[in-house]
Amino acid sequence: MSTSAPASDLLLESRDLTKHYPVRGGFFSRQAAVVRAVDGLSFEVRRGETIALVGESGCGKSTLGRVLVRLEDPTSGLLRFGGVNTTALSRREIFALRRKIQMIFQDPYSSLNPRMTIGEIVREPLEIHRMGRRSEQEQRVEGLLAEVGLSGEMMSRYPHEFSGGQRQRIGIARALALDPELIVADEPLSALDVSVQAQVINLLVRLQREHNLTYVLISHDLMVVEYLSDRVAIMYLGKIVETGTREDVFERTAHPYTRALIASSPVPDPAQRGEARPIEGEIPSPINPPAGCAFHPRCPFAIDECRMAVPPLEPVGKKSSPEHFAACIRKHEI
Amino acid sequence: MPLLEVHDLRTVFHTEAGTVRAVDGVSFSVEPGRILGIVGESGCGKSVSALSVMRLVPDPPGRIAGGRIIWKDRDLLQLPPRQMPSIRGREISMIFQDPMTSLNPVFTVWRHLREVLWKRFGLKGEAARKRAFQALGEVGIPDPESRLAAYPHELSGGMKQRIMIALALLCEPDLLIADEPTTALDVTIQKQILFLMRELQKRTGMAIVLITHNLGVVAETCDDVVVMYAGKVAEEATVHSLFRRPTHPYTKGLLESLPHKGLTREKPLPMIEGTVPSLVDPPTGCRFAPRCFRAEERCTREEPELLTKTVGRKAACHFPLGEDEP
Ligand SMILES: Nc1ncnc2c1ncn2[C@@H]1O[C@H](COP(=O)(O)OP(=O)(O)OP(=O)(O)O)[C@@H](O)[C@H]1O
Ligand code: SF4
Ligand SMILES: [Mg+2]
Repeated sequence: MSTSAPASDLLLESRDLTKHYPVRGGFFSRQAAVVRAVDGLSFEVRRGETIALVGESGCGKSTLGRVLVRLEDPTSGLLRFGGVNTTALSRREIFALRRKIQMIFQDPYSSLNPRMTIGEIVREPLEIHRMGRRSEQEQRVEGLLAEVGLSGEMMSRYPHEFSGGQRQRIGIARALALDPELIVADEPLSALDVSVQAQVINLLVRLQREHNLTYVLISHDLMVVEYLSDRVAIMYLGKIVETGTREDVFERTAHPYTRALIASSPVPDPAQRGEARPIEGEIPSPINPPAGCAFHPRCPFAIDECRMAVPPLEPVGKKSSPEHFAACIRKHEI
Repeated sequence: MPLLEVHDLRTVFHTEAGTVRAVDGVSFSVEPGRILGIVGESGCGKSVSALSVMRLVPDPPGRIAGGRIIWKDRDLLQLPPRQMPSIRGREISMIFQDPMTSLNPVFTVWRHLREVLWKRFGLKGEAARKRAFQALGEVGIPDPESRLAAYPHELSGGMKQRIMIALALLCEPDLLIADEPTTALDVTIQKQILFLMRELQKRTGMAIVLITHNLGVVAETCDDVVVMYAGKVAEEATVHSLFRRPTHPYTKGLLESLPHKGLTREKPLPMIEGTVPSLVDPPTGCRFAPRCFRAEERCTREEPELLTKTVGRKAACHFPLGEDEP
């Protein structure tokens, strides 16, 4: 994929990034196999934007998120943050990097330590990174809580006293504590009640504006993705199958899998109910993905060639933006 | 005439924190041959309502404290418990979000099917196998032969849910209650299962109660809808009128807060402030009042009843949104 952004805009860049996990082969076999959770991904994230990683289970989006924040090491490939190759850093350098990259987790229940008060939870990163004196830290915590809409008197209370939406706000305040540049948010809404999702969505947008944050949003909810993101990458079995601006992906969809995803997302409007048959088949195992285009067994457009070779991620061209890429040999016919 | 009528159902749980009024005066009815959606946020009492209909509320800590559940001229709550099995699974079947609540991990698919076929129909041997094949075929399981020998853990989430549906439909029930059957599934698989349920409904003529928190799933699947909030019914309507013109402020707030096609973050989403109340100590008057943009003094004092507004729709609100309003 060619670079179209000026270097100064580029915050994160990955080239051929892979993450493989060894697994036991079959149930009784000792033969080792490998899950190609992330399988040769190249993409870039620009300062101030929101890029969404979208896909179903096993597509590798959460693994990619953990590699991006360097909670995990990639198996191979290059990952540059602010021009620095983060795959070749010492432990101390990674520690320093963590200040700039933070993560928000899906489950606001398990991601907060139940034995710590809210104040301690939000202050902990400041303490670990020795940012200021204790009194300064406490003042900062109060400010952070106010920013996410929680009052300072909640500081001495424990996570179990809070609702899901409030806990997610606490997680967001903690992620903001070190004034990061990049936030990787892994399904930040899916554990929340419907009526509080909009609150958290609006909060994320406001914080992005006020702090000039860059977001990598990991999500399976296309409505949320369309609302929040500038650019989108659709993943299937460890690979990006389509990427482009929001308009490219949603209005000028080029990959049959993206089409299937859009057609499968429930639309809250009975007037738009269609009787079209859903695409068939199951999501294959990433241990042993189908040959050629991994989507071919489910693809209504598949032809013999689709089984032969993995289609490269290539420009879609035509009416699309120059950043619209798709990995499908029939992309121009669709 | 409705197939199932639930009147003023009350189900409570005795917990350390106090008595949880999980279902607190809920009424709704299911018409034959239709799909009723029960939609609401976590903890609003959807599952407990369904479990109450099946008389499956765990007791203790739970107890059905009142109401009537009219099924074919009988009040299920008055029925001696030993008669429930003749209704459960035969006339009314239920499937759950997690298929493993009903599948036995050490039984093969064949053994699950065999058991029902023998106990309920006296079928065995070749006749049972044939019926099992047919049942798996009906729920779109490819290659049924090889699936019969599989154990639940060897199947994907979507396959397990298909097996659950096949088991639930063996007895040709008049009503299928499905509690979040697709919540744990990926969207492309969710679409397949919802499509299957609609097809099976058309083919068999049974009625379905579909419990979900996803308004999109309701819009795509259901004919009628009950919206629940904090242990009560807020609104009941046909799917088209509910989405076109919600009359309860909660329904309206929920629908407006959903990101939808064409909307981007340049425009903040309208949102409902606050959070869902506790069911141990719910607000007096209307339970939605602390979060409601239309609330007036009366709302915190007087509990609104679920009243018929126009034909086919009901709302529990003192100041429902009228046809005249935007
Ligand atoms: N076994 C139980 N013991 C105590 N309280 C219970 C029990 N089962 C349910 N409740 C309570 O009853 C209320 C209603 O729960 P219910 O499971 O019906 O909600 P729901 O609408 O199905 O929510 P969800 O969308 O999360 O499935 C909740 O407050 C819940 O905590
Ligand atoms: S009764 Fe009052 S508080 Fe309740 S929904 Fe209606 S207007 Fe709002
Ligand atoms: Mg439930």
